[in-house]
Amino acid sequence: MHELGVVFHIIRDLEAVAAENAVHRISRVTIQLGEVSTVIPHYLTDCWKWAAAKNDLVAGAEMVVETLPAVTYCEDCGREYPTVAYGRVCPHCGSERTYLLRGNEFLIKEIEVPEEEPHG
Amino acid sequence: MDKVRVIEVKQSVFADNNAEAERIRRRLKEQKTFLINLMSSPGAGKTTTLCRTIADLREELRIGIMEADIDSTVDAETISAAGAKAIQIHTGGMCHLDAGMTDQGLQELGAENFDLVVLENVGNLVCPAEFDTGAAKNVAILSVPEGHDKPLKYPLMFQVCHALLINKTDVLPYFDFDMDKVLEYAHMRNPDLAVFPVSAKTGEGFPAWENWLREQTAAWNGGK
Repeated sequence: MHELGVVFHIIRDLEAVAAENAVHRISRVTIQLGEVSTVIPHYLTDCWKWAAAKNDLVAGAEMVVETLPAVTYCEDCGREYPTVAYGRVCPHCGSERTYLLRGNEFLIKEIEVPEEEPHG
Repeated sequence: MDKVRVIEVKQSVFADNNAEAERIRRRLKEQKTFLINLMSSPGAGKTTTLCRTIADLREELRIGIMEADIDSTVDAETISAAGAKAIQIHTGGMCHLDAGMTDQGLQELGAENFDLVVLENVGNLVCPAEFDTGAAKNVAILSVPEGHDKPLKYPLMFQVCHALLINKTDVLPYFDFDMDKVLEYAHMRNPDLAVFPVSAKTGEGFPAWENWLREQTAAWNGGK
């Protein structure tokens, strides 16, 4: 249950963000997930629903997952290619001297907070 | 109605874990405690390897062990019987340890009283590799029956490790395990990886592994 542990991390991060911004309730969380981040969006949102319901700050908050494409760079031919389709071997020149440029991100992009009535 | 305000966060989900892991590492450095995060599949021989290592080094190093499991205390009991102080950390169903859980374990163990502390992570080649525990070094065990292609299948585990033990060399004759291939694959993922073929059952290869451990512990703890 990797995703569940990850969700607890997200909630902890959000608690810190909420404290900094004097926020008491969050209604939506947007996550950016690289294609090769090893986190499965569907599991993540399922675990989120379960865990978020138990926390006043995020109870009922929607989680939106944006996928970021994974791109690999080939050191031999200098070109880039989509990682998921071709893995570690460059489709242009067949080289294995490649490295991931992006696609393993796992970011909390933004949160939405209901506007509260101004206090007294 | 339903007006919302958007707050940009742009923060890595692992940022808080990484920060906590750094705090743990700094504290352990000051305390002169060398922490190893030991990872492998279930059944690769983490506990057996630890028992033999403890038996060989207990006269020269004060060794403490933290056993992480989803449930049960069988490993902690085995380690205690081998002569090291051991505590059990239950992850409560979680597939890995993070820095926070490691820190709780260190406090319970009283890490400052040990030269070497080994965190035996949950048996799993995937998730533990993602979470920095605050250990000074990561060590993985791969056992012969698992096959020589594991570095290709679980690349991150081999990338984050500083040392790799290839355990159960005593059964090499019975498996199609290619030692040259595993070295090639492991070094492809991590050119600096120190590799030690060992048998926790017979003790073969242990002197080289234990020398590495001794040197690394001394280097971290400041030579004494």
